Amino acid sequence: MGAPHGHPLHYHGHSVLHRTPVHAKLIGLLAFVSVIVLTPGGYLLAFAAYGVIVAALVVVSHVPARYVLGRLWPVVPFVGVAMLLPFIATGERIDVGAVSLAVEGLRGGLTLLLKVLLAATSAVLFAATTEPRELVRALDQLRLPQPLVQILSFMLRYLEVVSDEVRRMSIALASRGFRARSPKHWPVLARTMGALFIRSYERGERVHLAMVSRGYTGRMPMQHASASAREWGTVAVVPVLAALVLLIAVLLPIGRLP
Amino acid sequence: MHVPDGFLDGPTSVATAGVAAVAVAAALRGARRELDDRTAPLAGLVAVFVFAAQMINFPVGAGTSGHLMGGVLAAVLVGPWTATLALTVVLIVQALAFADGGLTALGTNITLIAVVAVWIGYAVVRLVQSARPQSRRLIPVAAAIGALVSVPAAALAFTGLWAVGGAAPIDLGLLASTMIGWHTLIGIGEAVITFLAVSAVLGARPDIVHAARHLTQQRPLEVRTTAEASS
Repeated sequence: MGAPHGHPLHYHGHSVLHRTPVHAKLIGLLAFVSVIVLTPGGYLLAFAAYGVIVAALVVVSHVPARYVLGRLWPVVPFVGVAMLLPFIATGERIDVGAVSLAVEGLRGGLTLLLKVLLAATSAVLFAATTEPRELVRALDQLRLPQPLVQILSFMLRYLEVVSDEVRRMSIALASRGFRARSPKHWPVLARTMGALFIRSYERGERVHLAMVSRGYTGRMPMQHASASAREWGTVAVVPVLAALVLLIAVLLPIGRLP
Repeated sequence: MHVPDGFLDGPTSVATAGVAAVAVAAALRGARRELDDRTAPLAGLVAVFVFAAQMINFPVGAGTSGHLMGGVLAAVLVGPWTATLALTVVLIVQALAFADGGLTALGTNITLIAVVAVWIGYAVVRLVQSARPQSRRLIPVAAAIGALVSVPAAALAFTGLWAVGGAAPIDLGLLASTMIGWHTLIGIGEAVITFLAVSAVLGARPDIVHAARHLTQQRPLEVRTTAEASS
């Protein structure tokens, strides 16, 4: 682990988004996503404006759009749920062709779809432009309780080691002709999982001993990044713009679903 | 599957974040009792284990497969407090580094998975275990029943949250029955995997299984900070 190595979760680059101190960027992300979540249902013009902001962020970050789209898969099931809402919601219904759709479900489903996609894209951009190591430092700086920061840093440090262990175990199984096809293969997989637990646990014990013998007392020295007033100003641009959009959308009755 | 941003409204998200914060603060105290100064490295590696275990796909048939949630498995193996911490950290990493699960929904996800699923599951495990506390063979069975209950319990809790602050009104009876029905099926898978995995660990290293601690003689590692004088 001594040599510098890239991280599969991080898209290397030098854009403004990459350079912004992570603790400030995280606050900015939280503020922006909060504005998106707080926007009332059916304010289509506001969501369109957020979409422009997110698209601008993608362009500024120099992260390829394909890469961003490829990492959106965790929200796919929820996009499905959003599309189901018009059919299953209660309340007043309208007939569109041969199907009857719930008005509240249409509004709620469309709003949900937009919110989920906008927030998830912003989160992907944050993740892609942030190195995991910097993330731990930022959470420490934002006063996440020390033990949680420690657990988090251990998790990120050993994530690839243990993921590789899983990969090696499945290669070992495959090279002996094992292929999981049906539930009758579960015992093999579950035993693999048991072995993985024992290996992880023992690794934890070894790491702890190694650290204690080098003077570990339950705290890791961490250097905090500082953000200048200008950098905070840059970070504030996105949530402030979004908040302005929301304010205008609330005041002006345009671009809303009836 | 983690709740993304926008599923629940602002007040509900803030309220669940409060619940999560209180629960995690309690878990930080509790985990010290389970692991003492080994908390950080061991809980960290348990978190990695849960994360990696979720990468193992279990084929269900017809081309679909599922993976473990791991709440009850972790609680049985390392204790409920540490399990809450490990799953909390897994959820934080998934939200911030993988964009899996919303940032404003982080409190909701911690409440559902790291608190409700872990603790309801663990309560069931203890209840089953109390029938025959000295039986080692009962432990995987108890873990399986706990895992079976934990998944629909979390689904039911989500239904409750949707009733308070969901994105659109849905017939709650229908939502509850669909969620519970579907998640009971998932829970059966969770139960089988938990049973098999706990059995495997009990067979190889019974001394590190939290739920079997009272059955094995503990020989705690002694860390000496000063060298003894040689005579």
